[in-house]
Amino acid sequence: MTATGYVRPASIAEAVAARAAHPDWIVLCGATDLMVEAPLRPAPVGVVDVWALAELCGIAEVDGGAVRIGAATPWRDVVTSPLIAARAPILAAAAREIGALQIQARGTIGGNVGTSSPVGDSLPVLLALDATVELASPRGTRRVPYRDYPTGYRTTALAADELIVAITIPAAHPGARQLWRKVGTRRAQSISKIMAAALLRVEAGRFVEARIGLGAVANRPIRAAGAEAAIVGAPVGEATADAAAAALAAELTPITDVRSTAPYRLATVQQVVRRFVLEASSPSSPD
Amino acid sequence: MRSSDGSLIEVHLTVNGDAVRRAVPPERTLAELLREDLLLTGCKQGCDQGDCGACTVLVDGRAQLACLTLVVAIDGATIETVEGLQQRGRLHPLQAAFVAHGAAQCGFCTPGMLLSAVALLRASPRASRDEIRAGLAGNLCRCTGYVKIIDAVEAVARGDDEEPAP
Ligand SMILES: Cc1cc2nc3c(=O)[nH]c(=O)nc-3n(C[C@H](O)[C@H](O)[C@H](O)COP(=O)(O)OP(=O)(O)OC[C@H]3O[C@@H](n4cnc5c(N)ncnc54)[C@H](O)[C@@H]3O)c2cc1C
Ligand code: FES
Ligand code: FES
Repeated sequence: MTATGYVRPASIAEAVAARAAHPDWIVLCGATDLMVEAPLRPAPVGVVDVWALAELCGIAEVDGGAVRIGAATPWRDVVTSPLIAARAPILAAAAREIGALQIQARGTIGGNVGTSSPVGDSLPVLLALDATVELASPRGTRRVPYRDYPTGYRTTALAADELIVAITIPAAHPGARQLWRKVGTRRAQSISKIMAAALLRVEAGRFVEARIGLGAVANRPIRAAGAEAAIVGAPVGEATADAAAAALAAELTPITDVRSTAPYRLATVQQVVRRFVLEASSPSSPD
Repeated sequence: MRSSDGSLIEVHLTVNGDAVRRAVPPERTLAELLREDLLLTGCKQGCDQGDCGACTVLVDGRAQLACLTLVVAIDGATIETVEGLQQRGRLHPLQAAFVAHGAAQCGFCTPGMLLSAVALLRASPRASRDEIRAGLAGNLCRCTGYVKIIDAVEAVARGDDEEPAP
């Protein structure tokens, strides 16, 4: 990668000002996506480097049990955070499977959200947990529900002069089950064939809450609205698992590419979601 | 705020205990700095895109990929490379174990493997075989000598190889 301009802001305010002053410069964080893509793209005019910008790093509890994760927080810190383990265990599970340790030391949540690849492993989790993205610009701060953030193939709601500041995960109902599954070629260092994340809650034998986030089955990470509708209000058990799988067949049109085929992707996502429903149906295992 | 407009940026690093001061362009990677400027060629560039782990070095104690790391982004960091593992001519216990267990074939992946293993055993000195496998998962060996590599690290974790080979 070659770039002529370089700035390393010391605060969010400085970063926002730098972004406004240089709308054609790119934001660089851990660089694990940008360095790989660099040879394939025109050289950036300049770089706003937010790696290790203290105000963008760290994981903290905010208003009533929500968890706020700074955009420049590397995956390793997500993996080892007791707060994430308690509140968003599937985010830790997804983070543990991103690349290998070296990538987790440098790759960040803000970078995963920024790249917005259909195979970004944390993104289905952010959908299932109903996360919010906090964005800053000279016009102030705005919060976007993560489900409205990806707008197409690697396109997002981020404006040209905006900075991703943090991701916030609201407190889940204590009875909710969180489930995650990545299917790839091997355990480490592999790009997913499919990923699925779910938050499911059962009360008195019926599903009362269902959010399912899927990756690598569309041009962007998506919620499985049809499967969710098939689950909410339905009783626990096989019939609901089958109904969810049937709904997925109706709503998904995955593609065939170098990593997998359309039929494999659909069948695997159906199987994973079936298992999620069955797992959440069994009263015994509180994880 | 640090900024530059086309000029070089001065960076301070500690590399294997020595203070290093260099003016670099923003795109200079740590792998290029180590190999070309400091002649520390133990840092190998296998794929140059994050997949193989051959360029693994320790940055502030964490195993990281020198090929993806921009020097300007790690101003002030402490770097450890394979060249810094020996102490006064005596091999690091992991290096000795690699020798004793025949854990290097062509040797290209060895520096990266060693540094991942160093980071792992510092964090968890009695790491289990599974933890070792997970700790080395980001390092590929194209000679596929994984069993002996894991044996060597496990021997150190178990305390078998306390006396380094001569
Ligand atoms: C070998 C290898 C294996 C990988 N494996 C996986 C994997 O298994 N799963 C997976 O999901 N990903 C994987 N990745 C991709 C990558 O590591 C992740 O997407 C990571 O989270 C990116 O974070 P980063 O900080 O390095 O991003 P960067 O490369 O620094 O930035 C990525 C994008 O986000 C933008 N950006 C970053 N921060 C901000 C901000 N604060 N505000 C606005 N824009 C911002 C940048 O402009 C850029 O467009 C892998 C990469 C490599 C090299
Ligand atoms: S050379 Fe850096 S990971 Fe392959
Ligand atoms: S010894 Fe040859 S690559 Fe590992």
